Amino acid sequence: MATTLPKTDIVLVGVGWTGGIIAAELTKKGYKVVGLERGKTRSTSDYLMVHDELRYANRNEMMQDLSKETWTVRHDPSQRALPYRNHGSFLIGDGLGGSGEHWNGLTYRFMPYDFEIRSKTIERYGEEKIPADMPLQDWGITYDELAPYFDKFDEMIGLSGEENPHPDMPKIKYPTAPLKETPAMKMFREAATALGYHPYTAPAATLSESYTNKDEITRGACQYCGFCERFGCEYGAKASPIVTVLPVAEKTGNFEVRTESSVRRILHENGKATGVLYIDTKTGEEFIQPATVVAVTSYILNNVRLLLLSKLGKPYNYETGEGVIGKNYAYQMTSASSTGFFEDKEFNSFIGTGALAGVLDDFNGDNFDHTDLDFIHGGNIALGHYGRRPIANNATPKGTPSWGKEFKDASIYWANKYMGVGSQGSVMPNKNNFLSLDPQYTDQYGDPLLSVTFNYKDNERNQQKYIREITTNILKEMGATEVTTPGDQEDWDTTKYQTTHNTGGAIMGADPKTSALNNYLQMWDCENVFIPGANAFPHNSGMNPTGTVGALAYRAAEGIEKYLANGGGSLV
Amino acid sequence: MSEKEQNFTAKKSTRRNFLKNSGLTLGGLVLGGAVTSLVVKDTEETVTTSGPAHSANQNETVNHNKALMFFTPEQYSTISAATEQIFPETEVGPGAEALLVPYFIDHQLAGAYGLMSKEYTKGPFYPKEATPLFGHQTHLTRQDIFVLGINLLNSEATKRYEKKFYELEAEQQIEILTAVEADEVELNAATTPSYFFKLLRAATLEGVYSDPLYGGNKDMGGWKMKKFPGHQMSYANMVEKEEFVEIEPQSLTAQHNH
Repeated sequence: MATTLPKTDIVLVGVGWTGGIIAAELTKKGYKVVGLERGKTRSTSDYLMVHDELRYANRNEMMQDLSKETWTVRHDPSQRALPYRNHGSFLIGDGLGGSGEHWNGLTYRFMPYDFEIRSKTIERYGEEKIPADMPLQDWGITYDELAPYFDKFDEMIGLSGEENPHPDMPKIKYPTAPLKETPAMKMFREAATALGYHPYTAPAATLSESYTNKDEITRGACQYCGFCERFGCEYGAKASPIVTVLPVAEKTGNFEVRTESSVRRILHENGKATGVLYIDTKTGEEFIQPATVVAVTSYILNNVRLLLLSKLGKPYNYETGEGVIGKNYAYQMTSASSTGFFEDKEFNSFIGTGALAGVLDDFNGDNFDHTDLDFIHGGNIALGHYGRRPIANNATPKGTPSWGKEFKDASIYWANKYMGVGSQGSVMPNKNNFLSLDPQYTDQYGDPLLSVTFNYKDNERNQQKYIREITTNILKEMGATEVTTPGDQEDWDTTKYQTTHNTGGAIMGADPKTSALNNYLQMWDCENVFIPGANAFPHNSGMNPTGTVGALAYRAAEGIEKYLANGGGSLV
Repeated sequence: MSEKEQNFTAKKSTRRNFLKNSGLTLGGLVLGGAVTSLVVKDTEETVTTSGPAHSANQNETVNHNKALMFFTPEQYSTISAATEQIFPETEVGPGAEALLVPYFIDHQLAGAYGLMSKEYTKGPFYPKEATPLFGHQTHLTRQDIFVLGINLLNSEATKRYEKKFYELEAEQQIEILTAVEADEVELNAATTPSYFFKLLRAATLEGVYSDPLYGGNKDMGGWKMKKFPGHQMSYANMVEKEEFVEIEPQSLTAQHNH
């Protein structure tokens, strides 16, 4: 029998970026917030042994323990979904701060086109440009409406950036100067400029200089140590919840974090949530935490699973297209990446941060004419200088064996003599890409796992083919003596790391029939539940999602405050 | 011939001489193949650990990490030979054996990696439905797969040459590993020869290049070959440098012992 605890204003399911932002904003206004985090507590002192590639990059130190709970995966609804037994295609964080601790720190804003993608696509190309099985939707909010929330996120993390020179991209004023530019990034900038593109230094949450934000949080500059993505930052130079929003919330005295507390259900009656049921994983005891507002703030896959397990909202049915929970799951692609080998160069490849990159948006969104192309959208193109570590750093020119003498000597010879130019390919929704509960496999408590049904469709494969030629040309222009590419986008490989940019499943929009959330990230079907993660994206764009997630979290925080002040009701 | 090459040749010939002396006894036991090769290993070490770093400090010649947690001595010899073919000693630098990669793999298999403690291991299993795109869909652990793989290498060696895998010439070992990688040999188990090979290749590279705290990458020899500086606190003043910066590598022990 679960013990019922005293009621709080807001309970958070998961304490990472979105939960941390809501906690900071609402506790500053005097509201009481309880954060339930199933992982362990964490501080920067936990990162003193972080320069360990095997432990963090290969053995996934900071990632969800899959022995307790994982997901099942398949390509289409006709297949039996099988468990994602080990981390591969994506890496989902665990513990206080969540994936906001091990992220790269690349912080973009989705484009004006993204938020009105259906309207703008029809306006420019006609409705027939959208395939029948692509439920492409506007977001129910515009870029201009979201801009102030983007500004808040940028200010809070002290985003280091350079103005995007592309004429169709918004002009953003960054709180701190861009990161330093490596010789390889300079080569990328010169080559891309010569080809008529608009390169710039990527906006980075790994600070270029020391910075104090409005909450009086001061952080030091990035040291370019080369252990960033998949790792935590021992300096606190990389913005993460534990060095920004969480200390702000704690300082108010209105925030209580309970770690090792795993939420199993959102409790609800008569269309309103009453609180959550969680288990203290240290004692095994169950508790009910009543709350006026429930904010679902874990990773998107876990958010959607919790909704389905709690029977909250109408589950998506791929056969009829009806229902919204699980709909429009999307991902990204990396198969337009090319590798250039430079016989006469030796780069300091071991230097870098997760957010050190030269980038361009000439082939992103609708920044180029798709009239004669067999796809919509696109992806950014970047040369990343993230810090190459030796276990993973084994690129060799085409035709080199993968083991033995020739492999060994070549992988060592080329270790500091190649650069990649990659693309983050956007993924449009498809009616057969969705999230649902698995009929067979269960977690440690016997609850069904979430099943991910996903594959790349023609729109995506065509897009990567097109962009691959451009990444190859940039490397040739940079002077590469040889360029290799991974070849055409194949079926989704669940074992090979691609990206932790999973999106959708509880999307925002203007219509309760086709979306789960309104533009305050408030659930249409349950007015006191807010879900501000990447689950809200109706499609996935061609850039890293965290900037947009951060903006949505500030938007949701404002919504929650309004909701509490109004004493309830729908905000739209 | 460089000093390194001379050492290498000396090592090889020592092994050959030693193998001729079959029938040696130790503690009353007749030394079979596995034990022989272990003793050979010790002999090799005496020959090759006379570099300046070690002669400067005699106390460091005993590496207590060089013992087995998981493999039997014969399994160790088999995996040792296989890793050396995957990452052999060349003019560029040391191979897997000299970098102590086989000990790394042994120690990894004994713990969470071998038992897959943080992975989803619940059934049911449908290995036949699982294309490689869906990963490791079998009830077998990495411990099981390594043991099956080692048995496979030895049974193939016996079938083809009437010897153990680690007794074969390099070309013969390469021939068998190539067949294993290509699934051209039979393995009666809920996994494939190529999956074992994939694990072995990945574990070999991990042993070459992980921090020496795990028992491989001896004296940071893997890092030195790739000019990787290991654990350093800051590169902020080198980011923009046009020329390559060579830095003496440092392992995590530097972070702990201060």
